Amino acid sequence: MATLKELSRVEERFVGGHRLCAGCGHGISVRMILNAVEDANVVVGCATGCLEVASTIYPYTAWNCSFIHNAFENAGATISGVEAAYRALKKRGKIDRDFKFIAFGGDGGTYDIGLQSLSGAMERGHNIVYVCLDNGAYMNTGIQRSSATPTGADTTTSPAGKVIPGKQQPRKDLTAIMAAHNISYAAQTAINNWQDVHKKAKKAIEVEGPAFLNVLSPCPRGWRYNTPDIVQITKLAVETRFWPLYEVENGKWKLNYKPKKYVPVEEFLKPQGRFRHLFKPGNEHLIKAIQEEVDSRWLALLERCGETPELPPR
Amino acid sequence: MKSKVALTGNEAVAQAMKQINPDVVAAYPITPQTEIVQIFSSFVANGEVDTEFVAVESEHSAMSAAIGAAAGGARAMTATSSQGLALMFEVVYIAASMRLPIVFPVVNRALSGPINIHCDHSDAMGLRDSGVIQLFSENAQEAYDNMIQAVRIAEHSDVRLPVMVNMDGFITSHAMDVLEVLDDETVRNFVGTYVPEDYLLDAENPISIGNFDMYDFYFEHKRQQVEAMKAAKEVIREIGKEFGRISGREYGLIESYKLDDADVAVVVLNSAAGTAKGVADELRANGVKAGVLKPRVYRPFPQDEIREALKGVKAVAVLDRAETFSTCGGPIFADIRNVLYDLKNDIKVVNYVYGLGGRDLRLEHVAQVFEELENIRKTGRVDETVKYLGLRE
Amino acid sequence: MTPYNPFNRNFGTGTRTKAVRPDMKWHELTRAGNIYEPGNANTYETGDWRSIRPVWNKERCIHCLMCWRYCPDASVIAKGGKFETFDYKHCKGCGICAKVCPVNAIDMVPEDEIKKVKEANKDEE
Repeated sequence: MATLKELSRVEERFVGGHRLCAGCGHGISVRMILNAVEDANVVVGCATGCLEVASTIYPYTAWNCSFIHNAFENAGATISGVEAAYRALKKRGKIDRDFKFIAFGGDGGTYDIGLQSLSGAMERGHNIVYVCLDNGAYMNTGIQRSSATPTGADTTTSPAGKVIPGKQQPRKDLTAIMAAHNISYAAQTAINNWQDVHKKAKKAIEVEGPAFLNVLSPCPRGWRYNTPDIVQITKLAVETRFWPLYEVENGKWKLNYKPKKYVPVEEFLKPQGRFRHLFKPGNEHLIKAIQEEVDSRWLALLERCGETPELPPR
Repeated sequence: MKSKVALTGNEAVAQAMKQINPDVVAAYPITPQTEIVQIFSSFVANGEVDTEFVAVESEHSAMSAAIGAAAGGARAMTATSSQGLALMFEVVYIAASMRLPIVFPVVNRALSGPINIHCDHSDAMGLRDSGVIQLFSENAQEAYDNMIQAVRIAEHSDVRLPVMVNMDGFITSHAMDVLEVLDDETVRNFVGTYVPEDYLLDAENPISIGNFDMYDFYFEHKRQQVEAMKAAKEVIREIGKEFGRISGREYGLIESYKLDDADVAVVVLNSAAGTAKGVADELRANGVKAGVLKPRVYRPFPQDEIREALKGVKAVAVLDRAETFSTCGGPIFADIRNVLYDLKNDIKVVNYVYGLGGRDLRLEHVAQVFEELENIRKTGRVDETVKYLGLRE
Repeated sequence: MTPYNPFNRNFGTGTRTKAVRPDMKWHELTRAGNIYEPGNANTYETGDWRSIRPVWNKERCIHCLMCWRYCPDASVIAKGGKFETFDYKHCKGCGICAKVCPVNAIDMVPEDEIKKVKEANKDEE
């Protein structure tokens, strides 16, 4: 595992001057992932969203490498086309350099509108890495719910109203759906643990065939937490087992981090404005339901990973 | 070396694709285009081409992958029909705006709903304002010839735009036709090797494509696209001439059929032009000065050539195989009438919508059109500007 | 034939990025809105978004580079594996670096105060 001293010498691929909000998780995630590419040539693809609109405002690009944005729902297909061009041109001797291919999409562009395109690209076996930067809503258009939005979250299309207290449906388990494509590598990671992100990004880049990374990438505006606390909030997502760190390599499921003790999901929900309504008196059952969802998903994950299905000690 | 062969339109297009041997083809099956994908897949499977074939999961992804491939520096193609083109709609505009030379045959089929699989031009007309070049083909020969020329048109440095090569679903795509195909080497030499200018896989010169373009620059970039479309007209003419030298079949922007001294004329795209020419011949034998104008290129619109070709005609009927639901006629009608307005010589222009959903256009339908044009010419009176042909009324 | 306009492919080379002006005509801009200079966003300054700024405390810093790792704006400049400086042209003042610093070697100071101190220093001169 490389040290930060070593990694800081790698050329910056996502430079300052982009216009993501101050403290945006995407800036951190993208820098971590591209840092793992090291010296290889890379083509980045990007779905429409915060990252894309903030990083390529003509005539400025924050991408210190080749970059393509096509539309919202087709980052998977687009990067697979670039990769097909690479294979064709390499085969015909028109280019001689090696390239890596990485596509970024938000949860809206990946869990929802881009799912078909991504599924197709994964099934076809292109040598690409698709990175979902999951901040749990359509943040670019102003915080609308997506299928990645956690149960109970207050968004502008699942508002916490007088009758309905925020989003009513559980999150889609995209990482498992991607793993079900029997791809070379699928993993879930979070930026609080940079070593985990780095290791997984490196594996995803180096493995032959399609790889998928789901990165929890907080949005201070959408989540409504204190902006500097991004590492703490992400860490709470992992410690409460809301966002487990695991990987699926050639069909083998592996848990990468097991919290030492039982941290109730409240700890993750409480610092976030999007869950504030859940803490009003009389709403205890809503938090209880979220806890049950987290616990049952955790147990199912442990089972898949071949671990004893038990909750951490309280 | 040329040889006469019997092929369907789809086979002819697949044959052209084989001879072009593009770097990447990304496609998805849809009736009546399916054969093109099938035949091309067999070329790939049998090593007759070394194209990277990307069997995508939808037409949206087909064009998206073609965009990725073309942006990557590859000569890229796709193919579709009807609903497939409709699903691609969004990304066809993007391909044009990115100035990517993607060539894609479209086997024209009616758009749903109701669902129908047969020919009309509602699919292609839906994308007439997308910024792609649209070529139309009367028969398998023209589809084959257009495919080969399309590559050169698309890749010309003054143009760099996608080219859509249209032919009529089933009528052309599935009917066996005798045509002349060129030998592989002639086609290879004609299309040449694609040299991309700006591409993602240029390791020395990384590039950012598909950037966020606000009100301060978007308008200017759209204007650039118009310039490319303008330049395309001359490029299409030049390449049509050059193609004539290797094949004996020269192409321009339009085909004028017996229009020099014509009193009455029909304007029509694709296979129906053949029917119209046959009727014009018969009428000519009976002393009616009938002619036919077949636009080969619909986008960019060849307004100067059309104005010149129709300037001496007294009455014109535009046959549209698509509805606009504007209640004032089909898409080509609006364009033709617009062009003739400048002449200020009172050419009467009427519109017939025909053949929707694969309804046959018969010789007697076209004969009826010419008869009505003759009446208009003689009386100077138009009773009804927009009519339907072959509709039970 | 319409004369081919050689679109300005290279306006974004090096320091000439600033040569792009909103008054440029359509045929002077890059074709299709392509950008030919990777990473030229670093010539666009976002430092004025900031209301609080990170200030480095040299004595306390252990050069662990956690601040470098967690800066969303690549505004912690490391050199030779060590903290070098903040890039105030791009730092948006999010405060993450100060929070992840294990030895509290980064203070977040309101820009107003910095301004006041600067002005006071000027007066003394």
